[in-house]
Amino acid sequence: MKKTKLLFATAIVVVATFVAIAADHIDAPAVTNGTSDITDFYAFQGENTSNIAFVANVQGLLGPGSDTQNAAFDENVLIEFNIDPNGENVEDLVIKATPRDGKMYVFGPTSPSQTGLNSTIASTSSNQVVVDITPYGQSAIVESSGGIMAFAGPRDDPFFMDFAQYGQIIGGNATSFNDPGMDTFAGSNVMSVVVEVPKSMIGGSGTINTWVESKRKQ
Amino acid sequence: MKFNTIKLFAIAIVVSMTAYNCSNDDEGGYVAPTGPDFSGTYAQEDQMGRPAVNTVFVSSGMKDAFNTTVPSQQNAAFQSMFQTNLEALSPAYANAGDTNALGLDSATFTGLLATDVLNVSLDGTTTFYDGTNVLTGRALSDDVITVELLLIFGGEDFSENPGLSNDNVDANDKAFTTAFPYLASPW
Repeated sequence: MKKTKLLFATAIVVVATFVAIAADHIDAPAVTNGTSDITDFYAFQGENTSNIAFVANVQGLLGPGSDTQNAAFDENVLIEFNIDPNGENVEDLVIKATPRDGKMYVFGPTSPSQTGLNSTIASTSSNQVVVDITPYGQSAIVESSGGIMAFAGPRDDPFFMDFAQYGQIIGGNATSFNDPGMDTFAGSNVMSVVVEVPKSMIGGSGTINTWVESKRKQ
Repeated sequence: MKFNTIKLFAIAIVVSMTAYNCSNDDEGGYVAPTGPDFSGTYAQEDQMGRPAVNTVFVSSGMKDAFNTTVPSQQNAAFQSMFQTNLEALSPAYANAGDTNALGLDSATFTGLLATDVLNVSLDGTTTFYDGTNVLTGRALSDDVITVELLLIFGGEDFSENPGLSNDNVDANDKAFTTAFPYLASPW
C-alpha cells in the first residue's frame, strides 16, 4: 500500500505541471489526501428503472489491506448530493449523508433550509435511512426505507484511466497514448456512499442537474 | 396459598415502585433519548459534477476557488479561463469556426463545462455518451475519459489526433454488479 501511495506521489511530482489527477481525485490543494476529497460522482438509472442511484466516492487511492482496513468516513464531513430539477443550477433538493459511530445517516431528498456553501443537517427529515457502514472484507450491507436505499463502505474504485500516460503527454514526454493503455486506478479502493431514490422524489420526469459536495463541520 | 400471597404482595410492591419511578420520571421532565449530534454548520470544501472538469480545465492556483464557487456562479467566474486552457490544450479550437463532434466551438463547449453539474435524464437511458445519448447521466461503465478526450482532441468527427483521443483503457478492472450498490467489492 505505501508503495501504491509512493507511486502516485512520484507520478504527481513527475508531472508537476499537471497538479491534479483524474476524475476528481486529489483535484485541489485544500482537499488532497483529506477525508473530504471527492474522487468521483455518478448518477444513473437503477436496476429498478423507476429509481436513480447517486454515487459519491471519497478518499481515493486506497491500497488493499491495511490501507483500506484503516480508512474511515470522517464524522465531521457531510456528503451532500444536490439536485436541481428546474435548470437554474441551484439546489432545490438535497440528500445529506454523514457517519456517526459506525452508521451512515442519510437524510433526504428534502428541501434545504439554505442553499450554497454552508449547510445544516435537519435530522427530522421524513425521508431518512440509517445503514451500518460495511466493514472491509464483508458483504455489502444495504438498508432501505420508504423506497430509499443506502450503502456506505469501501469499494473498488470504479474509475479507470491511463493517468500515468496522460501525465507524460501533458508533461511533454510523450506524444500519444499507448495501446493498450494501463489503468492507473487498477487495484485501488475508495470509500463509497450509494443512495438510490425513486424518480418521483426528485422531479419525476425531464432532466435534473446534479452535483455532489463535501462540507466540514465548523 | 401463603406463598402465593407473598408472591402477589411482592409483585404489588414491585409494581408500585415501578409506577412510582415512572411517575417520578414524568415529574422530572421529559428526558430526550441520547442520539447522534447533527448540530452545527458545515462549510464546503470539495464539489464535483462532471468528471475531470476541475482537473483539466481549472488552472493550478484556482482549483480550491472552483470547488467553493456555487454552480450558478461558475460560468461567470471561470468560463474564460476554461476557454484559454482548452485552446492551449487543443490549439485547433483557436481557429474560427472550429468545433467538436457535438458542434460546440471553444466558447460554447467551455460555457457548457464551466457550470460543473451532471445532467441526468429521468426518462430513460442514463449515460455520459453511448454513441446515441449525450450527457443524460453517468453510468459506472461509461468510458468518460475517452469521451472527454474525443471532445477535446477529436475534432468535428472524432478523427483528429487519434493518438490523443483515446487512452485505450475502456473498462474498469472489476465487474460491476447489476444490483444495488452496483460498485464492485474492494481489493
